[in-house]
Amino acid sequence: MIKAVFLGAYNLLVGLGVTFKNMLSKPVTICYPEQKRVMPERFRGRHFLTRDEDGLERCIGCSLCSINCPVNCIHVVSAENDPNNPVSKGERYAEVYEINLLRCIYCGYCEEACPVDAVILREHYELADYDRNTYIATKEDLLVYPEPNQFTVNFLGNTKIVNK
Amino acid sequence: MIDGILNFLDPYWWLIIGVVKAVIIAVALLSMVPFLVWLERRLMGRFQVRLGPNRVGPFGLGQPFADTIKLLFKENIVQSSADKFLFYLAPAIVVFAAIVTFAAIPFGEPFEVGGEMVGLWGANLNIGILFVFAISSMGIYGIVIAGFSSNNKYSLMGGLRSSAQMISYELTLGLTALSVVIMSGSLNLYDIVKDQSDWPNAIPLFPAFVLFFIAGVAETNRAPFDLPEAEQELVAGFFTEYSGMKFAMFFMGEYVNMITMSALVTILFLGGWHSYIGLDIPILVFAFKVFLLLCVFIWLRSTFPRIRYDRLMVFGWKFLLPLSLVNMLVCSAYKVLWAA
Repeated sequence: MIKAVFLGAYNLLVGLGVTFKNMLSKPVTICYPEQKRVMPERFRGRHFLTRDEDGLERCIGCSLCSINCPVNCIHVVSAENDPNNPVSKGERYAEVYEINLLRCIYCGYCEEACPVDAVILREHYELADYDRNTYIATKEDLLVYPEPNQFTVNFLGNTKIVNK
Repeated sequence: MIDGILNFLDPYWWLIIGVVKAVIIAVALLSMVPFLVWLERRLMGRFQVRLGPNRVGPFGLGQPFADTIKLLFKENIVQSSADKFLFYLAPAIVVFAAIVTFAAIPFGEPFEVGGEMVGLWGANLNIGILFVFAISSMGIYGIVIAGFSSNNKYSLMGGLRSSAQMISYELTLGLTALSVVIMSGSLNLYDIVKDQSDWPNAIPLFPAFVLFFIAGVAETNRAPFDLPEAEQELVAGFFTEYSGMKFAMFFMGEYVNMITMSALVTILFLGGWHSYIGLDIPILVFAFKVFLLLCVFIWLRSTFPRIRYDRLMVFGWKFLLPLSLVNMLVCSAYKVLWAA
């Protein structure tokens, strides 16, 4: 019994030692608004539409993203390209491209489905707002990232910014 | 006329000094509470590898004040089934007992002001330690009444647990304090401290020190012995139905009790205001020792999980009590056979 008592007391002291060591270690807290987290490369945050090297939209209006979307949050209306003044390099382009960011579950299936790597999800995660209407991301909202729009695609199908 | 007043007051200087001391002690004690809450939250944060509150003011020092203001402006809710009088009385008893306990605690040598000896204590009672135990155990009336008057099963359970726990651990507390009394031969806390001028009681009476500290943690309802307010089982225990400032008064009572218990451990076992290594500023030494003990209280809270209720009783009655009895007998035997 005495042995059990001493063993118990020893274990308690070990526990106290663990918390004491914790006290001396650096806190893991990130003071959020001042200090922002660096997101991993493959983080799926806000959507963007990309442009190619010539400054044309990559999206060819195929609606594969919309079809693939599990929550139907993408709305695409495609239109024929004017051959003299093309918007994209394909035959067609997206006249309307809207994403409902409130409905979106950030699964990244649109990014995977896109045959031309036009729609991508990047590391922007600060998506809070007071107005629901601002969550309908239109083409103007989506075509903002990044200048110059130079991406490469690796064998996993992930986009990566070049010369930034 | 002023001469007349002064003449009238002349024989009552002791009374005026006493009132001034009482006010200073009460105010100092109550203003320690926000700081202690801040200290606890910050330290708990560090023990859990996070920062703790750091938004309000530098190092989050404004946090307790913000919390106090929030609590002051909260709605005063008394549910209709409660016993109104007892419901209001309970927090008052808790805070009253907590503050009055501190009256008998000395924290320095007396000094002379204008021909009067002013002691750094509320009252230098020759039965100081008995007074402290008597009043501090009165605080549980507040807790039991709170549990009883709320008319809520969780509150009642909390109150019952609290009384059972207090009764169990008060024995250990008293018996271990008794060993100190036996060694120093006085019930007066000032004399007990003076007796420790060579070395603190914690060295010769180390088992008593450990037992007293464990029982003290249980007596102040602090984790890992916070059964009366076990939030996983009892919502918030005896103060489930309390809100706003009445809730804050229970909080205040608990923290003042914590300070009192630390001061008591300092006096009985750590040599009070005697600094055994350099730097001899009595009141600072005393405050430093109390501060360290408070940190240990917080350290215990952030380390240990709450013990189960039956284990608590077994631990109190089958382990601590026999040990403290043996300890007391050994002390008495030593005193009778060798020291005398």
